Amino acid sequence: MLNFVARRLLGMLPVLLAVSLLTFLIASLLPGDLAFVILGDQATPENVAALRHDMGLDQPLWWRYLSWLGHVLQGDLGRSFRTGQTVLQAVSERIPVSLELMLMAEFIGLLIGVPLAIACAARAGGAFDRFMTGSAFAMLSMPSFLLAILLIYLFAVELHWLPATGYVPFTEEPLANLRFFVLPALTLALAEWPGIMRVLRSDMIATLQEDYIALAKAKGLKPSRILFVHALKPSSLTLVTVTGINIGRLLGGTLIVESIFALPGIGRLLVGAIYTRDLVILQGVVLLVACGFVIVNFIVDMLYAVLDPRIRHGHA
Amino acid sequence: MSTQLLTIEDVAVELPTPRGNLRAVDHVDLSLGAGRTLGIVGESGCGKTMLSRAILQLLPKKAKLSGRVMFDGQDLVRLAPASLRRLRARDLAVVFQDPMTSLNPVLTIGTQLMETIQEHLELDAPAARKRSIELLAAVGIPAPEQRLAQYPHQCSGGMRQRIAIAIALSCEPKLLIADEPTTALDVTIQAQILDLLAREQRRRHMAMIIITHDLGVVAGRADEVAVMYAGRVVERAPTQALFKRMHMPYTEALLAAIPKLETAPHTPLPAISGRPPDPTRPLRGCSFAPRCRYAAGACREAKPELKSAEMPDHLYACFHPIQMAEGIGA
Repeated sequence: MLNFVARRLLGMLPVLLAVSLLTFLIASLLPGDLAFVILGDQATPENVAALRHDMGLDQPLWWRYLSWLGHVLQGDLGRSFRTGQTVLQAVSERIPVSLELMLMAEFIGLLIGVPLAIACAARAGGAFDRFMTGSAFAMLSMPSFLLAILLIYLFAVELHWLPATGYVPFTEEPLANLRFFVLPALTLALAEWPGIMRVLRSDMIATLQEDYIALAKAKGLKPSRILFVHALKPSSLTLVTVTGINIGRLLGGTLIVESIFALPGIGRLLVGAIYTRDLVILQGVVLLVACGFVIVNFIVDMLYAVLDPRIRHGHA
Repeated sequence: MSTQLLTIEDVAVELPTPRGNLRAVDHVDLSLGAGRTLGIVGESGCGKTMLSRAILQLLPKKAKLSGRVMFDGQDLVRLAPASLRRLRARDLAVVFQDPMTSLNPVLTIGTQLMETIQEHLELDAPAARKRSIELLAAVGIPAPEQRLAQYPHQCSGGMRQRIAIAIALSCEPKLLIADEPTTALDVTIQAQILDLLAREQRRRHMAMIIITHDLGVVAGRADEVAVMYAGRVVERAPTQALFKRMHMPYTEALLAAIPKLETAPHTPLPAISGRPPDPTRPLRGCSFAPRCRYAAGACREAKPELKSAEMPDHLYACFHPIQMAEGIGA
């Protein structure tokens, strides 16, 4: 097992290196000189040249990459020339919002998708299965801004159960904080559960054809034990992959949902940086989000091993 | 034999396929007394596995089953699911063909044994564990205590089949159905597994159905043999009587297809030419007629009934039985 973890960790290094190179290139290859952006259209060539020299922009690209990477490895991702905030400050302000939204959305999505998938697979082809498969399709084809507006209309405008927009930190008012997150998380979850359900349903149906399920029936086990113990675990590998990808995607922020519900998350930070050409923030955020993605994938790999002992022992 | 443990009456299984209904089992009658062994023999696709699934009530959902499966005084076909579930493992157990796929890859061997025991016998976890270790030892697994924590992929094929047998034996069933229990195993392991089954059967006074394509497997082990072809039982007799004088040309051909030690090397095996008939298009006459070297006009016109002639317990379905007493047959 330790060997397995070590191998996967080593495998992450080249990926992280490639990620850092690509994010660096994003910022460097974008048209328009950073010095011009900072100094504005009134800048004299001398001013620009001086600033370029100060920022090291007159150095060759590979040298700039290495020195940037050196700073990154020491935890210095740079500082916004617009607000003066460091990247780490800006991200650490926003990440709790995106993280909480992601966790709640995934939790609700799994809470809806997994039981439905099991119920559908248990009676595949039945009336309930066909109804749910159809509903999942309908939900998949609904864009999130529409869902968000419908949810706001129903729960905020008509029923007055939940606030439509806003945010308070969890540390200040935990309950109010959760209430602010319900609708955005539900919006995301409603888009997530159809995928979760369809993936798990088809894997479950395949698993239920296996000999070991026939043997579990022949052993006279309870139907619930057959479904939850014998069939669910070997069917969850794709589900874990899909959930990992979803989490990675939501980590990078969800622009539409964050905008509609006025949540100060990573998505809005990123878009703000693009609008103001705040390249340092852009570069830093993309790098951190990409690293988050790699780490989530590493955790998914670890979960494979937890779920399937054959992977753990290096047989598969 | 008035008190039979298992009596199958007029069992038929139909499977819907895109090309029409497939008659996998075609009105089969069989019976088996307590503690006795029945061998069901036939080539792949003859319906022997479907018949075993019909007895076990493990047919695919789409399959249509008719007839009666009387087991210990109850008709399994009409038994409520909850009653059927209580009867499984405790009265009726199975060993499947392929031990590579019949054990759950993500559960430990201990879990798979103990869950069966705890489901049916009133034992707490330590007692179930103790019983599991005894069972693994009984089926010849070395260091059974360590095996409990292992997963199926950490065991060899023969080992896994022993574990599957231990699971089947765990609740002292009255009837064990072994569906080609050695087909997926190395030749060297096959005899060991068959001997293990025979030994445990005697010890537990358990009835057994061995399903195989190999007449050699049932030769010394079954009390009675039923030969199946195209979904029907075509010959049925006490084992010794069958091997002494078989009447059905198909049985003869099956026996001839087994390689023998005394034949010279490089002698071609007398394989049965042709293929079994398409089960979605049943023939009017005898199903074996197209491949039978004794077939004559009548064979293609009508289906021969399964009946006895010389000896009451030797049944066969053939118009031109071979090896009959002087003068009869071809």
